[in-house]
Amino acid sequence: MSQNRTRTDSPTEYDAVTYVWRMSAPAPSNSLAVEVSGVSRTFGRRRAVDAVDLSLNAGECLALFGPNGAGKTTLLRVIAGLLKATTGTVRVGGRSLRNDPEARGQLGLISHQSMLYRALTARENVEFAARMYGVPDPRSAAMRALERIRIADRADAPVRALSRGLQQRVSIARAIVHEPTVVLLDEPYTGLDAAGGAALTDMLRLLRGHGASLILVTHNVEEGLAVATHAAVMLGGRIVRRDDVASLDHAAFPAAYRSMVVDASDQSANRTVSVSA
Amino acid sequence: MSNHRPPGTFSSAWLLARKDLAIEFRTRTAFLSALVFAVLALTIFYFTWDESVVSPNDRAPGVLWVVLTFSALLGLHRSFGLEEHDRGIDALLVAPISRESIYLGKAIGNLIFLSAIQVVAIPSLALFYNLPVGRPLFIVSGIVFLAMVGIVAIGTLFSAMAVNTRLAELLLPMLSLPFFVPVLMNAAQAGSRIFAGRPVAEVMPWLRILIAFDIVFVFACTLAFPFTLEE
Repeated sequence: MSQNRTRTDSPTEYDAVTYVWRMSAPAPSNSLAVEVSGVSRTFGRRRAVDAVDLSLNAGECLALFGPNGAGKTTLLRVIAGLLKATTGTVRVGGRSLRNDPEARGQLGLISHQSMLYRALTARENVEFAARMYGVPDPRSAAMRALERIRIADRADAPVRALSRGLQQRVSIARAIVHEPTVVLLDEPYTGLDAAGGAALTDMLRLLRGHGASLILVTHNVEEGLAVATHAAVMLGGRIVRRDDVASLDHAAFPAAYRSMVVDASDQSANRTVSVSA
Repeated sequence: MSNHRPPGTFSSAWLLARKDLAIEFRTRTAFLSALVFAVLALTIFYFTWDESVVSPNDRAPGVLWVVLTFSALLGLHRSFGLEEHDRGIDALLVAPISRESIYLGKAIGNLIFLSAIQVVAIPSLALFYNLPVGRPLFIVSGIVFLAMVGIVAIGTLFSAMAVNTRLAELLLPMLSLPFFVPVLMNAAQAGSRIFAGRPVAEVMPWLRILIAFDIVFVFACTLAFPFTLEE
């Protein structure tokens, strides 16, 4: 039991994580987990992602900030292999996900859409995912994942009977049941209450501690910086700013970010006015 | 961290089919609508024909194929609709399973679903049209099953293509029905001869062609399916 213990800030956090986590030793922190080189993605004439380069080592977390339409979700879907990059390459653990089903087993995806089946119970949804990833003893693994995100007491409730926030917790359990090494999170805090948000933050820290790499897309600067090791700002399909969170001025960054977003929005509005004029 | 061995193509297809059937068993929405449609259509057809002009044996095969084809379309439409609601399809696409196994899983689920409709529709047909029960009905059920393999193979592929469009309900039959023709033509020819009391040996040529179409459609649609998922 003691070997599974991790640093936590309160007894509640400790209870939530220790008796369920059975991951192996942390991965070396200098191994490249995600490598995105010159990735662009266009939809018709619109360039949603424009020549993005980024890399992430094992155990690192990148918080990707940006306003609506900045291309964050598109970039995440390209990294997940759900969208084909128009140009550039994406490698996860040194392999391309699109044509390598086994490599996809290293990935966990959490989206603002739950990706759950409403007629099935929370446990059945997570167990189905565990079976799809070949997790041994999928039923126990599903229960462990639900305990991890503090929703085990609603395991046998149909997903349609759960609130939006509880559905999001089940969705998180579904995404981590196979203990992925790379987790992509698209607005994972959407709909979560304070307890759910805290459980998610704990879990993300724990995943990182065990060597998983995370890419967290969010509008919320405070939540993003709470777990991230690196921060980036995306505007108009490009990454326009990168920071190391350890050396970042946490007090000044939110204001600087808001000012970047407002400036970009003003420029976009001016372009629209001049085109229509 | 994650060193699990993902299931093979057929294991993951079966997992997916079981999941779809479990959802259908809980909701019963598609099953009930397809079943009610089948029984209603049989009843309406029964009352619209003059028995003194066309004998029940002559009209039963036509009625059977119309009813089964359109109730199949009702079931097929729901197949990928299930995955679109909360983007369950994204979770399947990032899972370590092949795109082909997603198609096969959906097709197996649809085949079991349509077989369940047949279990009610064919005896109802025999009852309404006073058809000989026993061996002929058993053979016709086999022919219907073979036809359903082809229909499901095509319908599952087009269901995946149509599901993201605004006119999915219209597009699925428009795309599928022309491809159903070779399957239905051979199955209807074989079925009508069995209903007329002809021996099985006489319908074997049609059955061979039907099986050949089934094999071609299953292989072609399985290979084509991954391209329908490209965005």
